[in-house]
Amino acid sequence: MSTEQLTEVEMITCVIDGFEVTVPKGTLVIRAAEKLGIQIPRFCDHPLLSPAGACRQCLVDVEINGRAFPKPQASCTIPVETGMIVKTQLTSPVADKAQKGIMELLLINHPLDCPVCDKGGECPLQNQAMSNGRESSRYEGKKRTYDKPVAISTQVLLDRERCVLCARCTRFSEEIAGDPFITLNERGALQQVGIYEKDPFQSYFSGNTVQICPVGALTGASYRFRARPFDLVSVDSACEHCASGCAMRTDIRRGKTLRRLAGNDASVNEEWNCDKGRWAFKYLTTRERVSTPMVRGEDGELHEASWPEAIAAAAAGLKGKRAGVLVGGRVTREDAYGYSKFARVALGTNDIDFRARPHTDEETSFLSSIALDLKTTYADLDKADHVVLVEFEPEEESPIVFLRLYKQSRKRSLKVSTTAARISRGNHKLGAVRVALSSVSDLTAKSVILVGERAAESAGALSTAVALAEKSGAKLAWIPRRAGERGALEMGAISTLLPGGRPVSDASARVDLAAAWGVDSLPTTPGRTTSEILEALNKEDELEAVLVGGVDPMDISADALSQLLNTFVVSLEISHSSVTAIADVVLPVAAVVEKRGSFADWQGSVHSFDKAQADALSRSDVRILTMLSEAMGKSINLPTVSATEREIASLGKWDGAKINFAPIASGSAPHAEGNHANLTSWRLLLDLGTLQEGEANLAGTARIARAHISSKRAGDLGVANGDLVKVSNDRGSLTLPVVIIDIADDSIWVPRNSLNSQVIPTLGFSSGIVTVVKA
Amino acid sequence: MAENSLTPRYPDLGLIAAAKSEKKIEGDELKAKGFFTQLQGFWVTFITMFKKVNTVNYPEVKEPTAARFHGRHQLNRYDDGLEKCIGCELCAWACPADAILVEAGDNTETERFSPGERYGKVYQINYLRCVFCGLCIEACPTRALTMTNEYELADDDRAKLIYEKQDLLGEMRAGMVPAPHPMYPDTTDTNYYRGEVTKAHPSQGTPIGEVNA
Repeated sequence: MSTEQLTEVEMITCVIDGFEVTVPKGTLVIRAAEKLGIQIPRFCDHPLLSPAGACRQCLVDVEINGRAFPKPQASCTIPVETGMIVKTQLTSPVADKAQKGIMELLLINHPLDCPVCDKGGECPLQNQAMSNGRESSRYEGKKRTYDKPVAISTQVLLDRERCVLCARCTRFSEEIAGDPFITLNERGALQQVGIYEKDPFQSYFSGNTVQICPVGALTGASYRFRARPFDLVSVDSACEHCASGCAMRTDIRRGKTLRRLAGNDASVNEEWNCDKGRWAFKYLTTRERVSTPMVRGEDGELHEASWPEAIAAAAAGLKGKRAGVLVGGRVTREDAYGYSKFARVALGTNDIDFRARPHTDEETSFLSSIALDLKTTYADLDKADHVVLVEFEPEEESPIVFLRLYKQSRKRSLKVSTTAARISRGNHKLGAVRVALSSVSDLTAKSVILVGERAAESAGALSTAVALAEKSGAKLAWIPRRAGERGALEMGAISTLLPGGRPVSDASARVDLAAAWGVDSLPTTPGRTTSEILEALNKEDELEAVLVGGVDPMDISADALSQLLNTFVVSLEISHSSVTAIADVVLPVAAVVEKRGSFADWQGSVHSFDKAQADALSRSDVRILTMLSEAMGKSINLPTVSATEREIASLGKWDGAKINFAPIASGSAPHAEGNHANLTSWRLLLDLGTLQEGEANLAGTARIARAHISSKRAGDLGVANGDLVKVSNDRGSLTLPVVIIDIADDSIWVPRNSLNSQVIPTLGFSSGIVTVVKA
Repeated sequence: MAENSLTPRYPDLGLIAAAKSEKKIEGDELKAKGFFTQLQGFWVTFITMFKKVNTVNYPEVKEPTAARFHGRHQLNRYDDGLEKCIGCELCAWACPADAILVEAGDNTETERFSPGERYGKVYQINYLRCVFCGLCIEACPTRALTMTNEYELADDDRAKLIYEKQDLLGEMRAGMVPAPHPMYPDTTDTNYYRGEVTKAHPSQGTPIGEVNA
């Protein structure tokens, strides 16, 4: 038990509406009343934001030790005290009259937009005007009007007439997201929410302001006029975008997802989410869906086929062949289990890998030995005394981790260090300092080392981080970028591990699993990684076929697609892609909203979700793999997702001997001189990712791709901020405007997959030596 | 009590008594009674020939309904031709039979169907479901939806009884400009709502019934 938990919290008893209630010291009156089930109307009050007392709607009569306040007080700003007697609108005519008066004043300038307002039907102002307002208006003057709607970013629209000046949005942006791009301007009757003209509301978390706005003043451009609350069927779901593990709510109207909201999971995302999770769901309807199975005919073209036909064609191409499996990092745990079992049972191979990104043997070793035993959680971040970010950008790669860090950073100036080449905007907000990992020394047992997936790209980074954690007792966590990676690792979608973390190399683990699966034996030869599978496909006597899940080859390397060309490819996809274009058999699968499943977040906690679009007919990957395995005569027998869930639960985790991590020595960064530079990159949260397709409003708030260089290099090149430079190697070039920042003189940073800056397809690598010249 | 409960509720026409009676009616007595009874019957028929007739030769002749008869719905327009419907779906919300489907759209500068920001993009009423209760009319905040007296809503195809927006929109009156077109200059949706826009402005387009010279 930590010391915080042992500290006794002083409890205070007060009386509200004649009922006694005992709450911890510091509790606000409005919250104590909630505990009794007494609802005091409010707009500005939000449990996760600091008290503001801005709307004055929650006025109550307060008396302490027999001395009454002369006027009603705002219950959202007053903490309870011993001997306090509170009378709410239920027992005090004064409080009731005060609340009705405030409501009347709020409604004076509020337009009668309810029929056309997106909030209509789920609006706290509407509801509380009914419950705590007057029956009719006495106001006969002219309402104050503004131009509307004003787009404060491409995705958020502001209607100042509707605003009740509760300051929820401005407090959220400042306190939670650290993006104070939105403030209350002017004073008095003209007070209004506004942005700085040259600095639009380009926050990664702006969608939360739309969700917490108690009126329809902030609305989302994408959901504008699409539905009314009573049209929508809401389903609890999990976010498929990153490994943060947000709870989500998906709202469906007539079989179509119309919006997604942040769900409420106090241990993960609290009540927030990022704009990508909120608004990037149109990928499903943008590209042409694969609606029927397809088989490549004699003429070299794909033709629509029946399911038995396509399954037979795929089975014929895979049966008895040496084949590999590329899973991709976006699968659910159940589907990953299906791929894992399919590779071992139907194909008899360990050639399976979920990593559709640059990777190394060091990372394989790390993942198969240590990664699954890491027990670090969000709660550890809240208590940490020092957080070291190893090749990890919280705001870009796992935004909820960023929100947690920012909360502590704001509250108690949490020390944050990063190994990144430059301090990004997110890290700047955290007050992070750049360090070399080898020189970090002041870690304690309360410190946390967060390792990102890009640690695999710099040799020795993982080894150093592991050694550092062992030496100091600091907690270690591996935070991949994609939602399915942690689950896929647990389900054995990697060459070295079987489901449940059973090592392939351990005979007893293999026997254990073979018995559970009812097969004679499992393959013993160590499998290939993603890049090895791709290389082996083009070599004589190695791999002859490959089964590809949701993988974009350009995420792996520039050559990956061409490596798939001369082999038998079975593609399981939701939409037509570069892989389906070259595949021999294409099998359509269900997207996340169309199936049941679960994701494991970076902590390892499992977030299950149900089928949101109830009438969808598409089938989950695991069902299709079962059909395929049956056609090959070696069934994996996982006919439904629920059957898979049961099988996963019955298998449990491996408690036997683990693989040992094989650390390697750190490599030194390549040295660059003259007009050469050492290029580093990472993906921005909003970029050209496949799952963000079709959402132009969201793309409008993506950060513009710029090449980040040091002032010395800028001087050498003779460029100023905004001038174009050409970043090239022998494969291709990028032309980007520069921004001069604090970065090593021999380095250059560009975004990895943004508009005008797609590093892997253009330059063929994600980090290395490039030539930088003035364009 | 038992006897009481068996007493017929309808007036005793003497049939029970006659049935119980020992006396038989026969001969001349029967003839005289029967003859006058028949005349009495024909008299009713004869008199009715001179009374006002209620039936009409439908469908050749159609009588007007009561003024407030609940018939087919109509989507109304403002006097300049813009639609009154703002796509708020309150009619769909009010409908007890779930007969109405509305999907709203965003008016743009180039394509405007109604004053204000929002218009009804999809509007369907399913007359297989509608019970003509008129709650939708009460719910409509802009008086866009009203009911006509039209009652001839029968067809041989169920699909044809789902009326689309173009089937429901009221006819263009002279002086109206077909939507989409801009709002009357220097007005807001409030002016429209208050009935202050009474005709189309030349800048809005060529009205129906006028030909550009």
